[in-house]
Amino acid sequence: MFDLDKWNEIYQTVRKNKLRTFLTAFSVAWGIFMLIILLGAGKGLRNGFERDFRDDAINSIWLTPGQTSKSFRGMKPGRNLVFENRDLEQIARDIDGVEYITGRFTKWNQSMSAGRRTGSFTMRSVHPDHQYLENTIMSEGRFLHQTDLDELRKVAVIGKQVMLELFDGNNPIGQYIKIGDVQFKIVGWFTDEGSQNEESIVYVPVTTAQRVFNGQNKLDRIMFTTGNASLEEVNRMANEARDQLSNRLVFDPTDNHALYLNNNVENFGKIMSVFNAITIFTWVIGVMTVIAGVVGISNIMMIVVKERTREIGVRKALGATPWSIVSLIMQESIVITSVAGYVGLVAGIGCLQYLKNLTKDPGIFMNPDVDFNVAVIALVFLIVAGAISGLFPAIRAARVKPIEALRYE
Amino acid sequence: MIELKKINKSYQVGASPLHVLKDIDLHIAEGEMVSIMGSSGSGKSTLLNILGILDSYDSGEYRLNNELIQHLSEARAAKLRNQYIGFVFQSFNLVSFKNAMENVALPLYYQKVPRKQRNKLALEYLEKVGLGEWATHMPNELSGGQKQRVAIARSLITKPKVIFADEPTGALDTTTSHDVMELLRSVNQEGITMVIVTHETDIAELTDRTIVLKDGRIIESNSLHV
Repeated sequence: MFDLDKWNEIYQTVRKNKLRTFLTAFSVAWGIFMLIILLGAGKGLRNGFERDFRDDAINSIWLTPGQTSKSFRGMKPGRNLVFENRDLEQIARDIDGVEYITGRFTKWNQSMSAGRRTGSFTMRSVHPDHQYLENTIMSEGRFLHQTDLDELRKVAVIGKQVMLELFDGNNPIGQYIKIGDVQFKIVGWFTDEGSQNEESIVYVPVTTAQRVFNGQNKLDRIMFTTGNASLEEVNRMANEARDQLSNRLVFDPTDNHALYLNNNVENFGKIMSVFNAITIFTWVIGVMTVIAGVVGISNIMMIVVKERTREIGVRKALGATPWSIVSLIMQESIVITSVAGYVGLVAGIGCLQYLKNLTKDPGIFMNPDVDFNVAVIALVFLIVAGAISGLFPAIRAARVKPIEALRYE
Repeated sequence: MIELKKINKSYQVGASPLHVLKDIDLHIAEGEMVSIMGSSGSGKSTLLNILGILDSYDSGEYRLNNELIQHLSEARAAKLRNQYIGFVFQSFNLVSFKNAMENVALPLYYQKVPRKQRNKLALEYLEKVGLGEWATHMPNELSGGQKQRVAIARSLITKPKVIFADEPTGALDTTTSHDVMELLRSVNQEGITMVIVTHETDIAELTDRTIVLKDGRIIESNSLHV
């Protein structure tokens, strides 16, 4: 298969028809180029999206009380529901698989001050586990501890934006921040990969806040993570939480306005399945483009066979077996397809690399990339495509009757 | 060397079959130099194609070197052609992108002879036909006579039992024609059976025996001229 003579002959025929070969080869190269670019773009989108999700734990369930819209067990619709501390305790105790759990009692746009500087920030009073649910990254100091809650300490953890505005970027740890009329001692500051808004927040112990800001034992939201549980498990946990709350707060479990249940596992799965669909779609488009190129090559090889009918006849008269003719034609088309495809592949990957370097601070589009497997699959696909495109011309060449070929003028 | 018994061959031309060869009986001995004559349409090309295992026949028996040539697979036919038969064509049929030496070496390629060895042999045969110095020239740089000599060298390189020449002088002028015929004769004298299809009487007269075909039958088989 790989003797010098065939290579020489391929070289000869290619050289004889430079432009024609180039144009067909181009169509294949273009197909592969597009496939790589599309796959890379799809991957970039997926990467960007996954990064956006990193803000919050993707294996979490959020529960937020709302207003009933259906009557239930003799209760009229239109009641505002409120979570209490015991709801959180019950979920933590009774639902299997809860990993981290936190309540939230939020005061929006609180006027805060440190020294002579003031600003308006959101105060979230939470449990220590909140750090994992929000993917809070501590830069210096510590997050809230259970002891802070137990002893009703007036401590606070502030976001990077708060630090910049109130402390000019100086180390705030040990300093005091005044929320409303109460002084809180700062024990740490944090960054958050999500957005600047997430960094304009001050965390305080939920118990302290409920006491100081007249929250009694109310919670605005309960959030927990589900560890490595499967989607099925997670859905079971969500349903159990819903049933438990519906019993305790007396609302219809089918009432979507009474309880806002945000199942991030399910949402993330849905979005990822959209991306999977996009990937499949990309492959289909890419493969179709390549097929167009393959048809082109097949066409050209048909013409080549027709032009060389006489030569093929001579070869057969001199003792060429059908197989030797078939392999000659097949090899030529495989070589053209592979070389062209490889060029397209390299160009595509190069282009993606360029884009990657260009977008240092990417928005939704991050690290457009094609992994090694895909490149290998594409190459194998190309060789197969080359073989297919050579197949019909080769069969036609093998059918050439030497006698007819020699008569052919 | 060649035994034909009641060979029949017809082609389908439009709706009606055209009976090209009718009960051909023919014997050609080893080492003979024979010419086949006939006007166009007499069936001489068809006969040559059957003899050269380029075409099949409908009925009868064809033995080449005592081997029955019938219902062969293409691969087998190719092998037999490569082993026993050399071809010389009117239009030379050299491969245009190969030089003289590569053209001569081509049959050996299909015998899987290594490149160096077959090029060396090819050079020897080119020298034999007086074209040693033209080995690296491409076909379009050669004259008609030279091309035919290359083709003859190509047909000889596999040391065939028989050479079939289809109008070998058809595209050449008289002087060159006679040169080519002399070459074929000298090849024949080395013991290779030679079958030449021609429509020129003076070419036929240079062979041992002339077989005349008319309307698909042999009407004359004489050995007048020697």
